Amino acid sequence: MNQHQTNKTAPRPKKRYILLRLWKYLYQHKWMIFTALFLTISSNLLALIGPMLSGLAIDAIEPGKGSVDFPTVFYYCAWMIAFYAVSSLLSYILSVLMIHLSQKVIYQMRKDVFEKLMDLPVSYFDQHQTGDILSRISYDIDTVNASLSNDLLQIITSAITVIGSFAMMVLISPTLVLIFVVTVPVSIVFIKWMTGRVRPLFRKRSAKLGELNGFVEEIISGQKTTKAYHQEQKMIDRFDEKNTEAVDAYYNADYYGSMVGPSVNFINNFSLSLISMFGAALYLLNKLSLGDVSAFVLYSRKFSGPINEMANIISELQSACAAAERVFRLIDEPPEKEDVEGAKVLSNVQGNVSIDHVRFGYDPNKIIIKDLNLQVKKGQLIAIVGPTGAGKTTIINLLMRFYDPNSGTISIDGNDICKVTRKSLRLSYAMVLQETWLFHGTIFENIAYGKEGATKEDVIAAAKAAKIHDYIMGLPCGYETILSEDGVNISQGQKQLLTIARAMLLDAHMLILDEATSNVDTRTEIQIQDAMYKLMEGKTCFVIAHRLSTIQNADHILVVRDGNIVEQGNHDSLMKQNGFYAKLYYSQFETY
Amino acid sequence: MRQILAYLKPYIGRMTVGIFIKFFGSIMDLLLPWILAYMIDTVVPTKSIPLIVWWGFVMIVCSVIAVVTNIVANRMASKVARDTTQRIRHDLFTKISYLSCSQVDEISLPSLISRLTTDTYNIHQMIGMMQRLGIRAPILLLGGIVVTLTLEPVLTLVLLSVLPFIGWIVFTVSKKGIPLYTKVQRSVDQMVRVVREGASGIRVIKALSKIDYEKRHFADANGQLVNNEKKAGIMMAISNPAMNLFLNLGMTLVILVGAYRVNAGVSEPGKIIAFMTYFTIILNALLSVTRIFVIISKSSASAERICQVLNQPKDLVVKAPLTADSSSEDNHVVFDHVSFAYKKGGQDNLHDISFTLKQGETLGIIGETGSGKSTLIQLLMRFYDTDQGHIFIHGQDITTIPEEKLHSKFGVTFQNDVLFADTIRENISFGRHLTEEELEQAASCAQAEEFIESLPDRFDHVLTAKGTNLSGGQRQRVLISRALAKNPEILILDDSSSALDYQTDAKLRKALGQNFRETTTVIVAQRISSIMHADHILVLEQGKMLGWGTHEQLMESCPLYQEISRTQMGGERS
Repeated sequence: MNQHQTNKTAPRPKKRYILLRLWKYLYQHKWMIFTALFLTISSNLLALIGPMLSGLAIDAIEPGKGSVDFPTVFYYCAWMIAFYAVSSLLSYILSVLMIHLSQKVIYQMRKDVFEKLMDLPVSYFDQHQTGDILSRISYDIDTVNASLSNDLLQIITSAITVIGSFAMMVLISPTLVLIFVVTVPVSIVFIKWMTGRVRPLFRKRSAKLGELNGFVEEIISGQKTTKAYHQEQKMIDRFDEKNTEAVDAYYNADYYGSMVGPSVNFINNFSLSLISMFGAALYLLNKLSLGDVSAFVLYSRKFSGPINEMANIISELQSACAAAERVFRLIDEPPEKEDVEGAKVLSNVQGNVSIDHVRFGYDPNKIIIKDLNLQVKKGQLIAIVGPTGAGKTTIINLLMRFYDPNSGTISIDGNDICKVTRKSLRLSYAMVLQETWLFHGTIFENIAYGKEGATKEDVIAAAKAAKIHDYIMGLPCGYETILSEDGVNISQGQKQLLTIARAMLLDAHMLILDEATSNVDTRTEIQIQDAMYKLMEGKTCFVIAHRLSTIQNADHILVVRDGNIVEQGNHDSLMKQNGFYAKLYYSQFETY
Repeated sequence: MRQILAYLKPYIGRMTVGIFIKFFGSIMDLLLPWILAYMIDTVVPTKSIPLIVWWGFVMIVCSVIAVVTNIVANRMASKVARDTTQRIRHDLFTKISYLSCSQVDEISLPSLISRLTTDTYNIHQMIGMMQRLGIRAPILLLGGIVVTLTLEPVLTLVLLSVLPFIGWIVFTVSKKGIPLYTKVQRSVDQMVRVVREGASGIRVIKALSKIDYEKRHFADANGQLVNNEKKAGIMMAISNPAMNLFLNLGMTLVILVGAYRVNAGVSEPGKIIAFMTYFTIILNALLSVTRIFVIISKSSASAERICQVLNQPKDLVVKAPLTADSSSEDNHVVFDHVSFAYKKGGQDNLHDISFTLKQGETLGIIGETGSGKSTLIQLLMRFYDTDQGHIFIHGQDITTIPEEKLHSKFGVTFQNDVLFADTIRENISFGRHLTEEELEQAASCAQAEEFIESLPDRFDHVLTAKGTNLSGGQRQRVLISRALAKNPEILILDDSSSALDYQTDAKLRKALGQNFRETTTVIVAQRISSIMHADHILVLEQGKMLGWGTHEQLMESCPLYQEISRTQMGGERS
C-alpha cells in the first residue's frame, strides 16, 4: 500500500498565501488583535518617551556646584517613573493577552487538524507514517505558535521603535540623523546578505540532525540483530559518519551565524562613535545641549536594536511558514467523499451481499482486483484464502467502503453501498481485525466502545463469551483496569480477545474477521471457538484466515492469487478441482 | 553535569585562548561608553576639533577590534562545542551498542533514542551558549559594574541596589514556572497519545462510527493542554516587564542621586550620560545571564540522562573457562535445568528447561504467545544470563565464551526482525562481506531469489526503513537469507515464516533440509506444519516443558499437542 505517495508533486503554495491563511485564523479574534495592537503601540510609545524625559532631566543638571535645577529634575523623574510603570504594566497585560490569543488560535488549528484527520479516507493513513502526522500536530503547530506569539509583536514593536526613535532623533538633531544614512543601509545590506547565506546552512543543519535521528531510531530498534551478527563496530562507524555530518552542519551554520551578533554590534558601535564625534562637534558649535546628545545616544541604541532583531525574526518566520505549510497541507487533504445526496440509511439489514464486476487498484495504474463477482446469501460464511499480499484485505476494504471500487458495484440487500450513508453501512458490520486496537482507557470502556449505553451486564456477558472474563477479574481493578500502551501486562492474545468481546457486543448482521485469531494461541482459540461460532450464527461472515481448518467449514471459499479470484467454491469442490487451493492445502503437510 | 564538563578537558587550551580573546573583545565593548564620557566631560571643554576626531577614531578602532575578536572567539567556541558533542555522542552510542539487553529493557528504547538525539542536542547548544554568553555576559555585567564604580562609585551602588529585587523576581518566577512546564509536558504527552490512537485505530473508529466521540475526546485533551500552557506562559510573562521596571526605576534613581552629586560638585553630567549607556549594557547582560540559567537548568537534566547511560556497569562478563566436560562435547546444544525471569523476584518466564541437541538436529518449539519461546532463544544467544542452570555449546558453558565468538556461531532471524534502509545486498550481507555466490545461494535457499530477480535492481534494490516497500512475506525471506548466509553453526528462526504461505514455507523447509545438514536448527513457530518434521519438538506452556519428543511421540503423549494439531490441520492425515 505504499507504492504511491500523493502530494509529492503538488506545487508549493506561495508564501503570501500561507501568511494570508494564518491571518484568517488570527482575524477570528479581531478584537483581541486590535486591543493587542493598541497596547503595543501605547506601551512602545511610552517607552520611547522615557529617554526623552531622561534627557530633559539631565539637561536640568547643569554642570557646576549648586547650579542644578532640582524642581525640574524631580518633575521629570516623577514622570519617568510613571511612564516606566505604566509601560511595564501595559507590556505585561499585552503578554497575557497575546498568550490568550495565540492559545486560542493554536486550539483552533489543532482542532482543525484532528477533525480533518478523522474525516480523511483510510488510504491517507496507509500512505503516511503516524510519526509524521504526530509531528505536524505537535512540533509544527508549536513552531507556528512560537512565531505567532513572538514575532508578530516583535515586528510591530520593531516598526514602532524604529519609526519612533527616528522621529525623536530628527526632532533632537536632524544633522546627526544623517549618520544613519550611512549605517542603516549598511546594516540592511549586511543582514540581507547574511540571511541569504545562512538560511540554506540552517536548513541543512536541521536536515542532517533529522538524518541522524532517523539513523539512531533505526539502529537502536534493531539492536538485537546487530548484536547477534556482532556488527556493533560497523554500526558505530556508520554512526560516527552521520554524527560528523551533523556536527559539521551545525558548525557551518554557527560559523556564519556567529558573525551576526558581533557584526551588528559593530555597526551600532560604529554609529555610536560617529554620533559621539559629530555630537561633540555640534555641542561645541552650540547646536546641541548635552542632554540632547545623551538622549540621542539612547535613541540611536533603540533604533538599531530592532534592526539586529530583523535577522532573527526573518529566519523564525521562515521556519513558521514551512511548518504552517505542512499543517495546511494536511488540512487541505480531500476528505472521504460525502455521502451522495439523499443517501439511504441502511436499516434492518438481512445480509445479502452481491458484488458485481468490481475492478479496483490502490493505484489506478496498478489494478489488483480485475473482475470480481460474488453473490452471498444471508447467513453464509465466506472464506478468503490466498498467499500474503494477494489482496485479501482489499476485499474487506471495499466491503466497508474504506476504498471505493474503480468500477462495478457492491450492494447489500439490493442497495448499492455507494448510495447509502457510510455510517449505516459500517454499523451494519461487526469487525475483528488482525491488529488489535485498544485505546488508553478502562477495559470496560474498551469493550463497550462500539455500543453506546452498553450496561455492565452486557459487557460482562460479552467478555464471558470471549473467554476473557476470568482474566479481567484477576486484574487488581477488574473491568476498571486502565489499559495503557506500556502499562499492564497484557499479551497480544488477550488484547485480541478484548476486541472479540467488543465485536460480540454489536448487533450487526454481518461480520468481518480479518485474521482475527492470528495472535491467539491455539489453546485459547479452541476455547473461544464456540463463542466465535455463536458470534457468527445467523450472520453473513467474511473470514480471512491462514489456518485451513477454519476455512473448511465455509459455504464459499474465494481463493485469491495476485489480486485475482482464481478459484471459488466450497472445500470439497475445490479439492476436486485439484488447482491452486488444493496445492495450498497439501503444502502444509509436505515433508522434506 | 560534572562528567559532561570533563569532556571539555582536552579543549581547555583552546577554550582559554577563546576566553581570553572574548574577554579582550568584551572589554572593547565596555571601553566605548567610557570614551564617550571622557569625550564629553574632558575633551569637549578643550574645544579642540582634532582631539575630538582623534578620540572618535579611537572609538572606531575599538569597535573594529571588538567585532573581529568576538567573531573569532565565537567560532572557536563553536568548534569546541562541535568536537565535544561529537565525542559525547560517539561514546554514548558505543556504550549503548554494548549495553546488555536487560539494561536496554530497563531504560527502554524510546528513552535511549531520545537521550542520543534530543539530549545531546541540548548539550551541544549549552556548550556553545555557555562559552559565548557565559563569558560575555558576566564580563559585561561585572565589567560594567567595575567601570561604573570607577566612574562614579556612589551612582553604581544606587543602581546595584535594585539588583537583589531582580534576582528575587527571576528566582521566584522560574521556581514557580518549572512545575507548570512539567504539567504542560504531561498534557502534550496526552494530546499526542490521543492523536496516535486515532491514527492507528482509524479503521475501527470508522467501522464503529465513533468519529464524533473521538473528536470530543481530542477536544478535551487539546483544551487541557491549552489551559496548562496559558498558566505557565502567564507566569513566565511576569519576569521581563518586572525586570525592566526595576532597572528603569534604578536608572531614575541614578539621575536623582546624580543631580544631587552634580549639585554638590562631586560629579559631572557626562558621567550620568555614560551611565545610561552602561545601564543598557548591564540590562542586556542581565537578560543574558537569566537565559544562561534557563539553558543550564534545561541541559543539566539532559546531562544527567546521558551520564546515567554512560555509567551503566558492564554486564554479562565473560567468565574464566572451567575445564570442559569432555563427555558432553558431542552434544551440540545443551540446556541444563535453566530457569529465568525478566523481572527478578517475579514469576519465572522459563522454568527448569533441560534438553540436548546433537549436531545437525532440528528442534521445533511450539507454544502459546508468552509461553517463553523467544525467551529461550535469547538465553541461548546470551542476551540475558540465566538465573539458574547452565547452557552449553559443545560442552562449553556459554558464559565462558567471548560474545563475538559466541554470536559468530549463529544465524538468526528474530520475531519482528528489522531491515535497514539500505540495499537488499547490504541487508543480507550485513557487514560480513559476502561473495556474490554466497549471497545468491542464501537467497535461493530462503526462497527469496525469485522475487529479488523480479526487482529492477535485483540485490541493489534499496529498501525503505523497516523494509516497508516489501510485503510481509518478502521481508521474512530477506531476513531468512541473512540468517542462512555464511553457513551458521546454529540456525535460529523465531516465528520467521508466519507471513509465508504454506507452499513457500514447505519449499523453505525442503531447502533447509537439503543444504544445511550440518547445521543445528531451532525453529519457533505457531503453525504445527512448520515444525512437525523436526527431530525434537518442545512444547512450552507458561515457561514449562509440557512435552518433548517427535511429532509421533507427542501425538500420543501430549494432550495439548494433540489439540493444537487437531484444530490446525483438521485431523491427522497420515
